[in-house]
Amino acid sequence: MNPPPQPPPPQPPPQPPLGLLAELTHRCPLACAWCSNPLALVRRGDELPTDAWRHVFTQAAALGVLQLHLSGGEPMARPDLPQLVAAAATAGLYTNLVTSGALGDFAALAALADAGLEHVQLSLHADEPRLGDALGGLPGGHTRKLAFAAWVTQLGLAFTVNIVVHRSNADLVPALLDLAQDLGAWRVEVAHAHYAGWALHNRAHLSPTAPQVATVDAAVRAFRQRPDAPPVDYVAPDAFARRPKACMDGWGARFLVVAPDGRALPCHAAATLPDLRFDSVLTQPLADIWRASPAFQAYRGDAWLPEPCRACPERARDHGGCRCQAFAVTGDPAATDPACDRSPHHAAFHAAVHAPASAPLAPRRFSSRPRPRPKEVSP
Amino acid sequence: MISDDARPRLRPHVHLRWDALRAAWVLLSPERATFPDPVALEILRALDGRLTVGELADALAARYQAPRARVAADVTALVSRLARDGLVLTR
Repeated sequence: MNPPPQPPPPQPPPQPPLGLLAELTHRCPLACAWCSNPLALVRRGDELPTDAWRHVFTQAAALGVLQLHLSGGEPMARPDLPQLVAAAATAGLYTNLVTSGALGDFAALAALADAGLEHVQLSLHADEPRLGDALGGLPGGHTRKLAFAAWVTQLGLAFTVNIVVHRSNADLVPALLDLAQDLGAWRVEVAHAHYAGWALHNRAHLSPTAPQVATVDAAVRAFRQRPDAPPVDYVAPDAFARRPKACMDGWGARFLVVAPDGRALPCHAAATLPDLRFDSVLTQPLADIWRASPAFQAYRGDAWLPEPCRACPERARDHGGCRCQAFAVTGDPAATDPACDRSPHHAAFHAAVHAPASAPLAPRRFSSRPRPRPKEVSP
Repeated sequence: MISDDARPRLRPHVHLRWDALRAAWVLLSPERATFPDPVALEILRALDGRLTVGELADALAARYQAPRARVAADVTALVSRLARDGLVLTR
């Protein structure tokens, strides 16, 4: 492993952030094997209290944040969610609820709408209950999702269906797109799973085959041709890419994440990186963290870029790609994202992604007690 | 492409707001924040569901003494894009 990056030369102050991902809790009733949250979850007793979140939202709005994503874990597990939505709406933030639909009832969602909630992003795993329940690990979970979708429509909230794609549901994407439209989605996100955190340990079971990726690509193209279909945002799989994604639109450039315990992160997987210290909203103003926190400065701008990114004409678009994937595959968080075919690790990355599984598929279970980590995956 | 007699309006939960920090108007919608240019801003402000696309072009062309055909092309292009993105309703 290389040493951590040198302190960058003085840079102009960053632009104001546009988005805040508030991970209200890590608790979740589902057991998705593709969960990209970290292996070490924050326990309930360490979650920020209501007033601390309120203060975060007020500071975020003053700092320039426009979009607030209330996420987790399952954010509906927070009993104070209506107060949090109200505080965010009062601060002027556009509020998005990122949910599995597995918790709560019509009254709970109506309370959020009354508090000023604008938009719900609901995940779907399959187009029928047997597989849907099996993938989410919750009996009755699929039916609950469908009921939740009906409540969203009934309340007139803006509505996105999110479909995380992996080997077990890739062939169902055409049917899932139909279901999303039938449920009244305004827009659909079709996103290949991001193999960070827990998901990385299940990658050999989850990574789609090449024919499956072609099926998904074709399904999205066909759906987009329909005159009455909602728009689709498509996130292609890194394992079949030649160029990296513009992860977070650049490190510390537009987004910040606040973890359930108050740590502020440049991306939701950043805690997997070594040698980064994350400042907490409990001890520092959000504006100071955004401007000067060493974790936000570490890969901000392009002074830190390695070869071959440094001289690459595409660096302004992709910013060198994903730091977490670079570290997971190469052991160096400042390396070129191996999704790029100009990375010396590109071939090894593809080989690792498509290698046979060496351990059984591990569904995620939230536990307040530490548990043995899954076997480490070698890149 | 949107028809001339459609009466477009911003969908509920799509908001045109003044962003004081950036001193700019911003269009807020699910997972998006876009900063319209001056022409787009004038069109967005007029999307109230009462005027048709054709009437909107007439009004903006008269107000800015601009060629009707060019204004109509701008209006049709923007409204079509917003409708395709699910941000504008036309019924």
